[in-house]
Amino acid sequence: MTDVIDHLAGIGPGSALDAVRARRPEARRQAQASHDALFAPEEPGEVTLEERRALAAYVCGLHGEAEIEAFHAEGLVAGLRAAIAEAVAGSRGPGPFGHYPSGPLSAEDSEGPAWQPDAALAERLGARLAAACAHLHMLVLHPRDAAPADLQRLLDAGWSATGIVTLSQIAAFLSFQIRTIRGLAVLRASLEASP
Amino acid sequence: MTEPVLTPPPHAVPAAFTRAQLDWLPWLEPLAPEALTPRHMAALVDASRAGSPYFRLLARDPAALEARTRTDKDIFYNTDAGLPRAERELAAAATSRFNGCIYCASVHARFAATYSKRVEDVQRLLDEGVGAALGERWEAIVAASVALSATPVAFGPEHVARLRQVGLDDLAIADVIQSAAFFNWANRLMLSLGEPTE
Repeated sequence: MTDVIDHLAGIGPGSALDAVRARRPEARRQAQASHDALFAPEEPGEVTLEERRALAAYVCGLHGEAEIEAFHAEGLVAGLRAAIAEAVAGSRGPGPFGHYPSGPLSAEDSEGPAWQPDAALAERLGARLAAACAHLHMLVLHPRDAAPADLQRLLDAGWSATGIVTLSQIAAFLSFQIRTIRGLAVLRASLEASP
Repeated sequence: MTEPVLTPPPHAVPAAFTRAQLDWLPWLEPLAPEALTPRHMAALVDASRAGSPYFRLLARDPAALEARTRTDKDIFYNTDAGLPRAERELAAAATSRFNGCIYCASVHARFAATYSKRVEDVQRLLDEGVGAALGERWEAIVAASVALSATPVAFGPEHVARLRQVGLDDLAIADVIQSAAFFNWANRLMLSLGEPTE
């Protein structure tokens, strides 16, 4: 089975970076196992495969990573894919920003837009995905603003505590996967450029 | 059935980055210790983690937790060459400082200080932030971690070149990338499922 990070970072068998990754074999295996646990789980439980794919596309879109987004969005029904694309277009921006507990760090507070889909988009996404996208926008771009009220909104939209853990893992894991792919791709390109 | 969000008891909120030992209070109900099945225990990897509300909360998705934990351990604990442990911890602390995770920064600043013995430099990173003067090698590692953590990702060939210039080989550079990338995972869970307390 294809290793997703190798595939998207352009790391081929026998290449220099293939050898580098082989020196951290468990990290390589378990990063893939994390991907599988979140996007091809034995038991999807509360978060359907379609929802997992849609949320992955949204997180990758927020990062401006078109190729990784396309990989995760494969198989998504057209209507949902279009709704996610609209969510991305309406909520992309730089991160991280956000607030600290008031005190000496308040000087480092930085403002940015919180986001939630408007009524028309929320209807296309459905209540569960609309709430999940709003939450993942915070997780990706301003995680230090997180508060119990954010989790309450997810519970109100019908997610359980267990579902929220999975949604959080999806956003958090992808924040790792995207950066590993991008970092290793830059390192690979630097090796190919040098004699 | 709708479970409510947990309201932590009154507690001292850390208002600055610190190397002090902090605790963490969950906003959602962790699994009860007596409810942990063999599958949950396997997902915790270390049985001692059954004492941690954070890991018992993540154990609600055991497959994701187990793979997360095993990824973490190899990135930070694999002793086969590459970046010294102190500097993997530096990348973790710098990423946490940049994202604003006071809890993660406290743990990994302690590790960075312990393994490097450069307590004052680590404290300067916490006090002044990711622009602190730390000497060329550490500054290169911090700058790479920060560029990788930005959204959109701002890590480029100039960061790789700077890491090479300060003496990192390919494996060490890959270790910086994986250490910083991993803390973009860890910070988001720690920040959004509960809060630190002194």
